[in-house]
Amino acid sequence: MSPTLAIMTVGILVPFIILLVISFWTRDGFGFDTTFTTNNYVRAWSEPIFGALLQRSFWISGVATLVTVLLCYPMAYYVAFHVHRNKMMWIILMTLPFWTSYLLRVFAWKVILGYEGVINSGLMTVGLIDQPLEFLLYSQEAVIITLAHAWAAFAILPLYVSLEKIDKSLLEAATDLGDGPVARFFRITLPLSMPGVIAACFLIFIPTTGDYITPALLGGPDGAMIGNFIQLQFGRVNNWPMGATLSIVLMLWISLIALVFLFITRKAQEKIA
Amino acid sequence: MSSSDAFISIQNVNKFFGSFQAINNVSMDIKQGEFFSLLGASGCGKTTLLRMLAGFESTSSGEIYIDGQPTADVPPHHRPVNMVFQSYAIFPHLNVADNIAYGLRKQRLSKAKRAEMVDEMLELIKLPGYGQRKANELSGGQRQRIALARALILRPKVLLLDEPLGALDKQLREQMQLELRALQRQVGITFVFVTHDQEEALTLSDRIAVMSGGQVLQVDTPSRLYETPRTREVASFIGNMNFFRGTVRRNGSAMGAVEAEGLGHIPVPLENLTKPDGATVQIALRPEKFLLTEHKPDAEFAIQGKVANAAYLGERSHYYVSVDGKEEPIAVSAQNLDRVNGAAAAPMGAPMWLSWSPDAVVVLDAD
Amino acid sequence: MSDHGTYIKRPNRPLQIYAVIFLIVLYVPVLFIPLFSFNESIYVRFPLEGFTFRWYRELWTREPVWNALFNSIKVGACVAVISTILGVIAARAITRYRMPGKSALVTFIMMPLVIPGIIFGVALLVLLSRMGIPLTLYTVGLGHLIVCLPFAVATLLPRFEGFDPSMEEASADLGENGWWTFWRVTFPMVFPGVVASLLLTFTISFDEFIMAFFLTGTDPTLPMYIWGQLRFPQEFPSVLALSSLILFVSFILVFFAQWVGRMGLDEQNQEAL
Repeated sequence: MSPTLAIMTVGILVPFIILLVISFWTRDGFGFDTTFTTNNYVRAWSEPIFGALLQRSFWISGVATLVTVLLCYPMAYYVAFHVHRNKMMWIILMTLPFWTSYLLRVFAWKVILGYEGVINSGLMTVGLIDQPLEFLLYSQEAVIITLAHAWAAFAILPLYVSLEKIDKSLLEAATDLGDGPVARFFRITLPLSMPGVIAACFLIFIPTTGDYITPALLGGPDGAMIGNFIQLQFGRVNNWPMGATLSIVLMLWISLIALVFLFITRKAQEKIA
Repeated sequence: MSSSDAFISIQNVNKFFGSFQAINNVSMDIKQGEFFSLLGASGCGKTTLLRMLAGFESTSSGEIYIDGQPTADVPPHHRPVNMVFQSYAIFPHLNVADNIAYGLRKQRLSKAKRAEMVDEMLELIKLPGYGQRKANELSGGQRQRIALARALILRPKVLLLDEPLGALDKQLREQMQLELRALQRQVGITFVFVTHDQEEALTLSDRIAVMSGGQVLQVDTPSRLYETPRTREVASFIGNMNFFRGTVRRNGSAMGAVEAEGLGHIPVPLENLTKPDGATVQIALRPEKFLLTEHKPDAEFAIQGKVANAAYLGERSHYYVSVDGKEEPIAVSAQNLDRVNGAAAAPMGAPMWLSWSPDAVVVLDAD
Repeated sequence: MSDHGTYIKRPNRPLQIYAVIFLIVLYVPVLFIPLFSFNESIYVRFPLEGFTFRWYRELWTREPVWNALFNSIKVGACVAVISTILGVIAARAITRYRMPGKSALVTFIMMPLVIPGIIFGVALLVLLSRMGIPLTLYTVGLGHLIVCLPFAVATLLPRFEGFDPSMEEASADLGENGWWTFWRVTFPMVFPGVVASLLLTFTISFDEFIMAFFLTGTDPTLPMYIWGQLRFPQEFPSVLALSSLILFVSFILVFFAQWVGRMGLDEQNQEAL
């Protein structure tokens, strides 16, 4: 245990502490001014660009999360309840694309949605349109579609596990006590699979809020997210302390949203019960 | 097939899972208000039959009527039957009161009326004040009662019970048997009860269907199943039984006889002998029907044997008595009326006399 | 009993159709990459203009591609071996010993799964630069190690959980010492998990981009090389060819890893159904 723990501590905890420290510094030419100041945080709070970027990031991730979970739930349900043979095959099939390069999957969508991409050139070849549809690429929608597709496997697994765990006799009992399929789903299956739904939401929402590849390749100016901005601070803008501050602010917001989300789902569950 | 007082009528039902026949041409009637048991070893089809009544399995052929209505096209949630599951299937995300009230949703009752009905049920199952308990705070026996209450609150025409006592320990199981029987008398609902425990079936039931290999072997009251089993399989499934091969000897007198291995020429009442003279039969004798004595008894018929093995069980002792002409020894069960000193009343190797009443002899077809 | 849940599990045609469509939508976008990699045109658009191996042949002669490939393999192999060893140590400790705060520990190890990659990337970058460590393939490896460890532990944990410690005791009782017990009992039992973990962590490292973006020095990994080429439209076809090869190898490795990793585990589950 101890070597693993040591590596994880060095790899996770120490960098975070440094990140936190540096976020209270300021840039000084190519070096740092190490006097403690909350200036970066004040800027992050007061300059509207940061707030707007954060808001947009959460909006895009939120919609992508919702879409992914909604689309993956029936699939996970199908495999959990209606696949009897070769279950393993199905699970591998559903999760296989996830293991391939994230960059390439995003790239694939660029190929599809591009100005001269699969959809546009396909539709033009068939003759349905004679001008490429411009809204396909470089839009929030493009980012959302790509994120939903790229993170599907992350949603499927927890959903599947929580559905598979449901004792089938509970579903029979609900039926026996007079529930049709719809009532049974909302009164038994859905509440009992809530842990999976919550896990899926977290597993998608949190990593996607910080994503910068997808918006960089497909987002255009309207689709840029906070991740792109952080990346800029460590790259071209070369303002590391500001980048660190934004990373910390992002983490704090994510934690806050996660807590609120947990609180709401718990309340909702109590209400259903 | 269906008699007039049949409440549930099962007619020529077959069920195939792929090429495996789980139910083989089963027909039987269950009366209203009856405590009816399906008894058999695991895999005999009893659970499948119960699940057909509930609607969870379809019939491959044949028809099931409940209260005169054919059920083939009725989905489980519209059937006038409710089930107590083997695992109890208590909803883990609901408290006790919500579990019990689960099926009341469609009746659109006022909150107060619902609470009143739940309280009534909790009273009935002797768990008053448990309404707000969480499902995971309950013991096995409590879960079982709640599963019962949850089904009974809907006043079903038939209550189906799938080995509901199987998961309980022995003492609790015996207590629950008594309570279940009392409860059934109180509510007057027809119970169909699945079990593999013959003692449980005998204790609880008005009538029992003994099943094996997807077929119903015999449907009868507990005492008739025990005293006059129709086949060797039924006889050996319920209680212990000694079997003897024999030949019918009618010899024209008021009392018939069977020439049986190890017993000799034993008297059997004529009304128990349906086979013609000279036919090969089996006769069966329960261990407790024998009288084991040291001296030759004053009985019509007795044979002598040697105690080959003995086991002291407290209120009674089991003996294995070997007799000439029969390979395996005869099992005898004797109540220890006198205080016993040592292992048993009859020591090993001691010559003893066996006698029995001619009425106790069961005559079965030869295999 | 095998006949349980016939009513609940009876076939559901719409759901079945949905599942098939879902799988198609999951795979088709990725499949456009190999499709266009055989297209003669330099433009990624319909209609296709003829079949060619030209882009693959061209790849063959490019030295930077080979360098990047070897870099990726080096990093991937090291990361796979180290993260699997650390994963075995952690999984064994988690399943075998009672310790306070065990679940907190597991959460800690799994944290990289739910923290945006960019934050890890910049945090490590800041740490390394403050310590004066130059960015090399080693720093990329360190970043990948942190990303891969949760997956190694998650792959190995079920193996160790299904492992009855009394079997090790039985071996000791039958006279084997610690080393031979590990070699004759423990290792064969967890071997499929180890293989799966090696393959998965290698694939993740091989495909990883987000951390590599911040931690790469002058030696690029393959995904970094691709990212660099994406800026030049005339390089698109060769990027497509390269991506196709990577996708192909990743698919094979992961499929094999999943298959081996679930071997034995799922047979029990399937029987339980």
